[in-house]
Amino acid sequence: MSARETPGDLLTRFDVSPARRRKDKIARGGILAATILALIPLVLIVYYLLRKGLSSWSVSFFTTDPTGNTFFGGSNIGGIKSAILGTIEMVALASAIAVPIGIGVAVWLVEYGRSSWFANTVRFFVDVLTGVPSIIFGLFIYIVLIVGTGSSYAGYKGSLALSLLMLPVVIRSAEVILRLIPGALRESALALGAPRWRVIFSIVLPTALPGMVTGVLLAIARAAGETAPLLFTAAYTHQTNFNLGGFMNSLPVQIYNDVTSPTTAVVNRAWGAALTLVVMILLLNLIARLIARRSRLA
Amino acid sequence: MTSDGSTLRTADVEPDDLLESGQARSPEPRPARPPATAPAASSATATKPGLSVRLEGLRAFYGESEQVKGVDLDFRANEVTAIIGPSGCGKSTMVRCINRMHEEIPGARAEGRVLLDELDVYDSSVDVVAVRRAIGMVFQKPNPFPTMSIFDNVASGLRLSSRGRGDLHGKVEAALRGAGLWDEVSDRLQEPGAGLSGGQQQRLCIARSLAVNPEVILMDEPCSALDPIATLKIEELIAELKQSVTIVIVTHNMQQAARVADRTAFMLGGKLVEVGPTQEIFTNPTDPRTEEYVTGKFG
Repeated sequence: MSARETPGDLLTRFDVSPARRRKDKIARGGILAATILALIPLVLIVYYLLRKGLSSWSVSFFTTDPTGNTFFGGSNIGGIKSAILGTIEMVALASAIAVPIGIGVAVWLVEYGRSSWFANTVRFFVDVLTGVPSIIFGLFIYIVLIVGTGSSYAGYKGSLALSLLMLPVVIRSAEVILRLIPGALRESALALGAPRWRVIFSIVLPTALPGMVTGVLLAIARAAGETAPLLFTAAYTHQTNFNLGGFMNSLPVQIYNDVTSPTTAVVNRAWGAALTLVVMILLLNLIARLIARRSRLA
Repeated sequence: MTSDGSTLRTADVEPDDLLESGQARSPEPRPARPPATAPAASSATATKPGLSVRLEGLRAFYGESEQVKGVDLDFRANEVTAIIGPSGCGKSTMVRCINRMHEEIPGARAEGRVLLDELDVYDSSVDVVAVRRAIGMVFQKPNPFPTMSIFDNVASGLRLSSRGRGDLHGKVEAALRGAGLWDEVSDRLQEPGAGLSGGQQQRLCIARSLAVNPEVILMDEPCSALDPIATLKIEELIAELKQSVTIVIVTHNMQQAARVADRTAFMLGGKLVEVGPTQEIFTNPTDPRTEEYVTGKFG
């Protein structure tokens, strides 16, 4: 070994070896390929939705109820007004039930229950609920509120099924966000002489709000797109209905009904309804994000 | 260990103020404050005396492990007492027992007595929320509330304890002046508190605790996350604040203790080794362990 390296030796020693260059290329290529692969269905969905859905959009598409007339080449089949309003009504009621309860459970788990056995039991069952297929929630409401009471289908029963579906999503996402709030914030508020409930309402919840909004949106988006819990709880109807005690149409059920129709115009209406649903969820996302951003510094 | 001359005197805030209204110790209604002190209440920097704190046989536990093993210690009113000692010696735990923040940690508990003036803050009739209003706390890392503006951060203590009425703006200004921050932020009170520099954030946190008008402020290594210039500002502030509050400061920095503290306590392994005038602790300690620590032989 020579006592001193010449500058040339140094350059060679710091060269990236060809083998490592190759491995780096392969790894980068692999990751890029996986990303593109994942994007393909996403892009295709958006493409087909726009291509097939946009063509059926018109003013009357949004302002008329479906007529149920699917014969004669699909002339005068009507629009999806009742489905849009039904989805909004039922999801709004479901959110009004699931969001406060879900955030309440999450606050209890993080601020009070912590790692007691009861809190851990609650967490376990919430996890189980997250994995329950949506049709089970529909079935549960069907058996309890329709067969059990001998009454008929109703919009609020659909809402209840949807709220059961939303609840574990809201609890889990809110709990994760609440856990991220630094303990130092709670401590400094407590050290100022704030009672615990004020610390939760004035410090913890406002700080967690933007994150919780995202979780709530995920739950709402999931509920808005569900067909199975509504099929035998809210059923299907053509008319626009503002009474949650009656039968209620919804976008997913409308899509489900239309897409199985032999008439092309009706199948196209399903595409239009699907595009509407996606746009509605997108808008909801944007609005909620704006609200969350603004309330960060109220 | 000295427990001499714990200057108990008539402060304008009676310890009875800390009792929950339903469980007042004396049957007669609380005497009205003398009118002379009324203006003092509106200003955090007015010369309202602090209160003394005395620990008697204080022991603190995390589950089964005992972190503070029977400490007797006096914090004299309107003096700065520094607590020094190696990491893990129980300094912070002991200080957190004074305003009962220790018990917020699951499984943690404290035994013994903590006397604020003459009131045992661990007495069952004492409202823990009132204790924390009287004994403020500043933490190691500056932690302004991220959702709040500078103004709201300072006002938060008042609002959170439902005392946000009255001259809120005046109280916030007084607290910011008291923390030496007013001139730097007076033109941008509505900007987020998290946008300030680290040193400003820490002074904002001091202003936040001053706003509720405490008699004692506990500082748990308040400068350990700050640069030397910001540290200097906090130290100058401490010297001013002791006119109106009693200050207990935990520090890893022995020079800082020498600079700011009237008295210094040295802790080791959960026990108090020695307490005395700062000058004496650093130049002529009685315990050989203190001497070894302050001369840098360990720790």
